[in-house]
Amino acid sequence: MPWGSARSGESSTASPAGRYRGILDSMDDLYRDYILEHYRRPHNFGVLDNPTTSYEGANPLCGDRITMMLGIADGIVREVAFTGRGCAISQASASLLTDEIKGKTVAEVEKMTPDMLLDLIGIDISPARLKCALLSLDTVAHALADEASADEASADEASADEASADLASAAQEEAGAQG
Amino acid sequence: MAQIAAKPAPAATPAATPAGTPAGLDPYRLRTDFPILGTVNRFGKPLIYLDSAATSLKPLAVIEAVDGYNREYSSNIHRGIYELAERATGAYEAARVSTARLINAPEAAEIVFVRNATEALNLVAYSWGRRNIGRGDTIVLTEMEHHANLVPWQILVQEKDGDLEFIPITDDGLLRLEVYEALLHLRPKLVAFSHVSNMLGTINPVKQLTEMAHAAGALVLIDGAQAVPHIPVDVQEIGADFYVFSGHKMLGPTGSGALWARRELLEAMPPFMAGGDMIREVHLRRSDFNDIPYKFEAGTPAIAEEIGMGAAAEYLMGLGMDNIRVHEQQLAAYAMETLRREVPGIEIYGPEAPYRGGVVAFNLPGIHPHDVAQILDRAGICVRAGHHCTMPLHERFDLAATARASFNVYTIPEEIDALAVGLREVGRIFDREPGRPV
Repeated sequence: MPWGSARSGESSTASPAGRYRGILDSMDDLYRDYILEHYRRPHNFGVLDNPTTSYEGANPLCGDRITMMLGIADGIVREVAFTGRGCAISQASASLLTDEIKGKTVAEVEKMTPDMLLDLIGIDISPARLKCALLSLDTVAHALADEASADEASADEASADEASADLASAAQEEAGAQG
Repeated sequence: MAQIAAKPAPAATPAATPAGTPAGLDPYRLRTDFPILGTVNRFGKPLIYLDSAATSLKPLAVIEAVDGYNREYSSNIHRGIYELAERATGAYEAARVSTARLINAPEAAEIVFVRNATEALNLVAYSWGRRNIGRGDTIVLTEMEHHANLVPWQILVQEKDGDLEFIPITDDGLLRLEVYEALLHLRPKLVAFSHVSNMLGTINPVKQLTEMAHAAGALVLIDGAQAVPHIPVDVQEIGADFYVFSGHKMLGPTGSGALWARRELLEAMPPFMAGGDMIREVHLRRSDFNDIPYKFEAGTPAIAEEIGMGAAAEYLMGLGMDNIRVHEQQLAAYAMETLRREVPGIEIYGPEAPYRGGVVAFNLPGIHPHDVAQILDRAGICVRAGHHCTMPLHERFDLAATARASFNVYTIPEEIDALAVGLREVGRIFDREPGRPV
């Protein structure tokens, strides 16, 4: 045994092995069943044939990736679907969010705040994971902004360019935030 | 509920300690030197710190060295003509001597104190690089570099219209030396590589790489951030030209680090930052620069931190770098064996233990490493998840991210057992059917 007699098989809490007994009992509370269920069998997962707007969002730092597709008619989100891959929190968040916004008016969806989505997710999200949790909402917001600028584009094409330039610089900022 | 198995360790790797030789390092005893190992997390779980490649824990010897400066002789160096200032200067310069001894530098004056390995790399890129790299000049790097040994060179060659070439790696995470040989025909000005990879754990054959580079007329820079804390490093034996490392990864404080370079290189290099302490004479329109290393230490340096780094160097030398290497090689072998046996489906990246430092990057099938790390955190287990500042290396393996466990002198096999049990539990949480207890 490379570490000599100090590496004992004792299970008393004084021994190194004993000290780590029972460390697992708080692991289970974080990822609740419904989160894992949304991760494994996400709702609204797939593609729309003719979305009126779509957007691919990503967290380059962790490799989370979500494409949101919306079918909007008369100012209402009639259809919504997403594809993507990434951590359980990002994918469950997208599943929950798509359930939530289906049938809502665009104005209602635009008013959704990060806190509203976090309430929907309903588990403790540590600061380092906020980006994962909020990627879905961010992607929906970008898709709606694209839709809005596409509507305006018939009147003024320049504004769409501006919006996509904004998105590009926002994405760049995000990518540069950590090394 | 699964428990940490209280079973004897499996037979160790046929490893570095000859049979019958008593272990040179007692990790159980030295753990009492690290006060943080006595702490617990918000759920009352003891700290299982497996992220030493990001930063190491600090022993009392280092904590007290920093504290002693702040409490007893806090004053500026190289200036004051009074007892406190002389003490501070003496301690700061003694730290330089200790740091030089740790890597067997020929003289302490060749050690430039910087904030970290990143700053040392930038110093060389800005000072040596801007004077010596020109249009069409090539710098050879490797695919496994930390961003710190990549981005400064990207900026340099973009500015100077030079070129970067990269030594590729095998699927096992070893450098492909036959391609390196071919790249050397490009007559690069500089070859820069990590001594130990922070993701794969690969220990590169630095002496061989250096000899090959010198034969082709290139200078050699080695990023030793992941080597100096873990394996014996002798810059003279390697024959390197530049060697950089961080204090905070070698049990020292954050904000401490060192650049070593051969005297004649440092003397020929222009200053990187200008200001106080780096000058001999200043006139309104010109200045004469100080001798090395002070020429590169403009302004008041991180005095307390470098004194702490000196204490860390002494602590490491006291344990014996050979002993540390044996311990960590055994840990790496034990970790790979244990995780492969106990954790279904685990994928481990990088070479086998003899070529590996105390770093094990892995993934669980179908589970994002952020989820792995997040759940392990609840059990008090700290692992890194992400790209570990090696995005090109992750691209090379077509990975978005990995989880990484990394070790140090205070790591014990029971912590690896706990990791294995924790990972099995993560797998079980993700596999279970809804509504059923784990």
